[in-house]
Amino acid sequence: MKSDRKAGIMRAIFRFMTVFFTIFLPLIWGCKTLNTITDIGTSVAVSTGVISETQGDAISKTTKAVAKTFEDITPEQEYYIGRTVGAMIMNRYKAYENSSVNRYVNVLGQTLAQASDMPETYGGYHFLVLDSSEINAFAAPGGLIFVTRGLLRCCKSEGAVAAVLAHEIGHVQHQHGLQAIDKSRLTTALTTIGTQAARVYGPKELSELTSHFEDAVSDVISTMVNSGYSRSFERQADQASVKILKNVGYSPQALVDMLNVMDQQLKPGGLDFAKTHPSPESRISDIKGQIGETDVSKRSAHRNKRFMAAMRNI
Amino acid sequence: MQNKWIRWIILAALGVAVSGSLAFSGEMMSVRIKQGQLRSAPTFLGKILVTLQYRDRVSVLEQKGDWLHVSAHGGKFRGWIHKSALTEKKIELASGNETVGHTATTDEIALAGKGFNRQVEEEFKARNPNIRFDAIDRMEKLQVSQSDIIRFIKQGELSPQGGES
Repeated sequence: MKSDRKAGIMRAIFRFMTVFFTIFLPLIWGCKTLNTITDIGTSVAVSTGVISETQGDAISKTTKAVAKTFEDITPEQEYYIGRTVGAMIMNRYKAYENSSVNRYVNVLGQTLAQASDMPETYGGYHFLVLDSSEINAFAAPGGLIFVTRGLLRCCKSEGAVAAVLAHEIGHVQHQHGLQAIDKSRLTTALTTIGTQAARVYGPKELSELTSHFEDAVSDVISTMVNSGYSRSFERQADQASVKILKNVGYSPQALVDMLNVMDQQLKPGGLDFAKTHPSPESRISDIKGQIGETDVSKRSAHRNKRFMAAMRNI
Repeated sequence: MQNKWIRWIILAALGVAVSGSLAFSGEMMSVRIKQGQLRSAPTFLGKILVTLQYRDRVSVLEQKGDWLHVSAHGGKFRGWIHKSALTEKKIELASGNETVGHTATTDEIALAGKGFNRQVEEEFKARNPNIRFDAIDRMEKLQVSQSDIIRFIKQGELSPQGGES
């Protein structure tokens, strides 16, 4: 009788353990990365004396090295690359001196950026209208976004402007600019010089680092302004745009409408957007599935009014 | 004999539970952007409680979607911050001309001001004096406040769920 009760208790404990390990642990660690789980395991092992601290460090590091992805570039460095890319764009284009439209695209742009997957960047998002009748837009790494008057003229509603800006935010969020930098160049720059913890670089290192920097910036500019991103990067930016538009409450159909207008405006073989982007028609077919058929957005009179006011002289 | 096993199993279960919750709540992270705001709720529409600076350390209390509830300035402030503002790395200020020890990897420690920094930008400017950094400085100066954004959303009858999940 007594042993029956003990067996019952044992079964209950085992059942509890099974439930705990299958349900509770994933809940507790569900949003953690592999790194953290390894860290926990390793620290438990170290604290219980199973392995030494040095061994523990080595295990953690190996896991992290495996889990490491993309470039080892800090948001701070991305910011400086982006500033210089932006400054070079401003060598080719003039700023459009109209505070009302610039203010409008900044408030709209910030609203959209906050609804993106990367709302926070080192220096934040900033938007500027370029005084050019070209149909074009650029996103420098870190969140400096430029859009031409020519492109804004294609926008028939606030939703259309939102679609354009959200597409550019998509490029920032996916770090498409940084990915244009030649990989071996970046590795040399970041490992040879970058691991040195000098707060102030000596003349030789500074000179070498600045040359790498110039090359990196020119890689970004050349892709962004001359050759354009791959169709898959453009698709990613369009998909980000649709997601952001939905998140904020704009109809994602605005992106399709915008692409249709551009399809009529762009001249095949032209030097602007037509040169650096896939055809609007192919972009529409890429995102149709994601948008779906329904259009639930409300038409707001105030939205239209402020759009018209901002675009008065565009 | 069986009693001993029962005791061991209970102890093991408790041990795992305690170490799990401690590891989760105590995780330290660093602010990886120039300035990051702690908010009263896990959304950008939440009230700003305090502004944290680049490299500030925070302790994670809980996670809700893309937002982390953290404690900052030694527990003086508690609030929500978007995960894109934080990194698991410790960001250290590089000092003098010392090199980092071999044990530290870039996975654990990032050096503030390392690599492409303001000094490199200045050197770039010296080499290319005509590049229009003045236009970028002006562009960065245009600030939009959170109340501007909230007004814009309200008046435009928008319904943001952004960043919440």
